[in-house]
Amino acid sequence: MLSSRKEKTFNLLFILPALVLFLVFNLYPLLRTIELSFFQWNGIDKDMVFVGFAQYKDIIFNNPAFWKSMLNAAYVTILCLTLQNGLALLLAILVNRQIKGENIFRVIFFLPPVLSGIVVGLIWKFIYDGSFGILNTWLAALGFEQFRDFAWLSEVKSALSSVAVVHMWKGFGYGFIILLAGLQTIPNELYEAAEVDGANKWQQFINVTIPSMLPVFTMVSVLTVLGAMQIFDLIYSMTQGGPAGHTDVPITKIYQYMNNGEFGYSTAMAVVFGLLLLIVSLIQFYISRKIKN
Amino acid sequence: MNNMFKVKRNFLDIITYAILIAVALTCIFPVFWMLSSSLKTNEEIFKHMSLCPESWQWSNYAEAFIKAKFGMYFLNSLIYTVVGVGAIVIITSMAAYAFARLEFWGKNILFCLLISTLLIPIPGAFVPLYLLLKSLHLLDTRTGLLLCYISGGIAFGLFLLKSFFEELPKEIEEAALIDGCSRFGIYWRIALPLAKPAVATLVIIQCLNIWNEFLLALVVLQDTSKMPIQRGLMVFQGTHMTDYPLLMAGLTIATVPIVVIYLLLQKHIIKGITAGAVKG
Repeated sequence: MLSSRKEKTFNLLFILPALVLFLVFNLYPLLRTIELSFFQWNGIDKDMVFVGFAQYKDIIFNNPAFWKSMLNAAYVTILCLTLQNGLALLLAILVNRQIKGENIFRVIFFLPPVLSGIVVGLIWKFIYDGSFGILNTWLAALGFEQFRDFAWLSEVKSALSSVAVVHMWKGFGYGFIILLAGLQTIPNELYEAAEVDGANKWQQFINVTIPSMLPVFTMVSVLTVLGAMQIFDLIYSMTQGGPAGHTDVPITKIYQYMNNGEFGYSTAMAVVFGLLLLIVSLIQFYISRKIKN
Repeated sequence: MNNMFKVKRNFLDIITYAILIAVALTCIFPVFWMLSSSLKTNEEIFKHMSLCPESWQWSNYAEAFIKAKFGMYFLNSLIYTVVGVGAIVIITSMAAYAFARLEFWGKNILFCLLISTLLIPIPGAFVPLYLLLKSLHLLDTRTGLLLCYISGGIAFGLFLLKSFFEELPKEIEEAALIDGCSRFGIYWRIALPLAKPAVATLVIIQCLNIWNEFLLALVVLQDTSKMPIQRGLMVFQGTHMTDYPLLMAGLTIATVPIVVIYLLLQKHIIKGITAGAVKG
């Protein structure tokens, strides 16, 4: 169906609302972020002071609290990449063994990802509570008396790990669903051919499952990294970054600077953080392509 | 030999079920604990740790709805979700139809641009959005928050619906065009109804996103009477630190609609999640 000039112009009306919203609420904020990152501005004054790369320099070289928040998020991310995705893969393989009740397990495992971060955070804060949380009651009942009044979320040595456990609890079902969908797309003939060649179950896993799943692994790990690095709701509802910044993450830092009226500085931080995320994602895709070849 | 194999298979089955059931219980317990605690008295929370409430305090819910204002927050969330999702469906289906079927200038570039936010993470976008809403005098308004939510759903909606429209057979539309139906009429009366399965997926995913959203609600709103329930929960928690039964009742109120929708329509949700994830 060829369209006339008039029609081509008229057709633009279909995408106009989406385009306007995109330009105003997606593209403009992105450009504005980059612009503001070169200015010192409190959001109120008429004049913004151009400071060039000074804020970038300060964030990168003089702001250990920012790097501490990056390390905190990286710690959560590494736990997620190993423990959470390991568990997700194990569960996907188990459910894929054609067991009874496959759908029930699928529904239950995907329940935590459906809940909101705030709800999950507040439930677990209650479970972790030092004096009347059920975790310590159970631990004490099992004979671990030293945990009777242990405040998991306000002790320096346990706060971040405790939040990471909740993040993994909330997130493994997501990886599980994607990995299971991936496993189910591997054609059975590949396994049959491997079996004819005399490969045992383990060899089939190494030589058929792993290579076929490589793109899915990449996707899951990219999503895991993006999700864990940008963790916010759980931190906000459980620790608010405490004790003394030990659970601060990049998004809570950006939010704190913005709340203090340092708009320029907070956007510069957002740019640094955004670029690092982009680089990490690209590296993951690059590694996956390298392995494939 | 055959028997050995059976024993091994049974043994593996037992381990499989043991692991799956253990993980399933871990998934369910915190939700059960929230429900159970929401029906206890404060005294019971602090003194003994029974799994189920001794006497079921349904009055906690009446108190949560009215005194703790969770009814108001709930209603706000309902408004944001219904209006936001409705707008996302109409705006993105219209655009997706045009990208799939119609000709206009700059089509490919515009499409790539519009779905680029799916692939490029923009953390901290809330800072410029805050400033933008401020200069538009939309800070602390329902409209301002809604505009953020709607624009946040465009990329995913376009991505999901465009490929669906492309797979629909063209013949019906061509016949309708010859019969004198307008382009908009074809989209509205023929293509959109046919796209129901994809629209259902979009609706559910966006319902989850908007209902569960917190960060933008935190940045944009100050006035408690406009806050969605996720924000209301934090307000309540900040002022009534230790009123656990009421807090748990509030959490339950915030969770029930989502869980009901999830259980009724889980197939669509899982389809949407996998579609979104394997886009690469």
